Amino acid sequence: MTDMLPSVEALAARIPDGAKVAVPPDYTPGANALWRAAIRKGVRNLHLVGVPVFGYQGDLLIGAGCVTTAETSAVTLGEHGLAPRFTAAVKAGTIRTMDATCPAVHAGLQAAERGAPFSVMRGLIGSDILARRSDWRVIDNPFGENDPVVAIPALQPDFAVFHARKADRNGNVWVGVRRECMLMAHAARDTLVTVEEIVDEDLIADETTAAGTIPSLYVTALAEAKQGAWPQAVPGYYGADNDHLAHYAELARTEEGFQRYLAEVMQGSGLGREAAE
Amino acid sequence: MSAIQLEEVLIGAISGMLAGLRHVAVGASSPVPGAAALLARAKSGSLPRVSVLGSRDNNFFTDGGKELFDCAGQGRIDAFFLSGAQIDGRANINLVSIGDPDHPKARFPGSFGSGYLYYVVPRVILFRLEHTRRTLVDKVDFISAPGVSEPNVYRPGGPYKLITDRCLFDFDKARARFVLESVHPGHTVEEIAENTGFEYDVPATVPETPVPDPATLALIRGPVAEQIAEIYPAFAERVFGVAKAA
Repeated sequence: MTDMLPSVEALAARIPDGAKVAVPPDYTPGANALWRAAIRKGVRNLHLVGVPVFGYQGDLLIGAGCVTTAETSAVTLGEHGLAPRFTAAVKAGTIRTMDATCPAVHAGLQAAERGAPFSVMRGLIGSDILARRSDWRVIDNPFGENDPVVAIPALQPDFAVFHARKADRNGNVWVGVRRECMLMAHAARDTLVTVEEIVDEDLIADETTAAGTIPSLYVTALAEAKQGAWPQAVPGYYGADNDHLAHYAELARTEEGFQRYLAEVMQGSGLGREAAE
Repeated sequence: MSAIQLEEVLIGAISGMLAGLRHVAVGASSPVPGAAALLARAKSGSLPRVSVLGSRDNNFFTDGGKELFDCAGQGRIDAFFLSGAQIDGRANINLVSIGDPDHPKARFPGSFGSGYLYYVVPRVILFRLEHTRRTLVDKVDFISAPGVSEPNVYRPGGPYKLITDRCLFDFDKARARFVLESVHPGHTVEEIAENTGFEYDVPATVPETPVPDPATLALIRGPVAEQIAEIYPAFAERVFGVAKAA
């Protein structure tokens, strides 16, 4: 059974130092309220996996000193530009990067969700992405002749962590077309989710919602968190807070600015919407 | 009608490369390619299908982030757009870093899907709005995806054209070399040579990149501007003075 937890703090307490955590890109809601709680708790040495990239949430965690490894196809704030804390950390050598390309991340997760040792894919051969990934292998297509393909080992995160629109009281989580969350949940050992609302209806009972629903089987624990993805968007609930993201992108250009931002957002002062917490 | 802008020349030129295709996909941060794909569709009235990452109105995928790549791997995407912090004369692209990747002088977001899409999409159009010796280099510092592959590597896709703010290059796959195809209005063949860090071929005559005719321009400034505003409101406002619909 899915553990229905009372708060994002209780969820954040489940993530130990050193965990390998899969997070979605910024166009899919991230569990930002949970991440603020994890930063408050002082989580350290996370290995972040971008599925297939990450943005604001990962840059925030990197800036707050919570991350030692970034395994991802890109880190970007989208129209707000380069992810400043990621960029600074790579230049300073304070995080390890495992550069990928999007479908390679998916391939690794797909192997994990099937319980298979690896997936194979086209592409990559002759790139420096491949040259720098000693965990990937070029093998011969056993069904072809002189046809090299790339073997990507199963990628099983300790945790998949994301925000969704709704869950029911049995712990089923509706993600709609944001099915990368489904892939992440299938592949990860444990899945922690925050949701805008917990509803009384059974999301599996109605086929209209069932197709876009992650069964509670895969959902380790969840908590309701209104505005839980802020400053990112949750389609149907609220848009991205672009003024806030621009403010972040500006402040996070320097370490001092980032620390000021962190203090603002943690205390709920200034632009934070968590003043009531 | 007001003067034709660079973006409109580029949108018109790129849309010509997409005519007759079935399906064009557009990735992140690509307002000009996005507008060009929407223009190609507006001109024909139906095809190509256009998938724009981050769009609500022009994104029909239902199987999560992986579907675009799976679709491309099957040959269901005819054209895509890539860029590079650096692009070299063999059409290698670098989206990762300058200098030693472990201690880079500059770090960029990363390779995104290029390490796959460059291999499998038949017409990859390289797009770079800074045409300088800093960006168009002899040899990239990091190969996110190579321009050409060994004969035994599965490679139905690859570079088709390179368009910049100054000119358009064709890519000769057999020779792994760019050929200057046309120069945008207001620019010269000599200026291209001064600002390009790689070697390329220059035919005896190099035409000017055609500008959109009045009917095309009306489409760009009308329905295309409106559609692109949904995805890139800041771009639509700056170039066309069009605001995002509520």
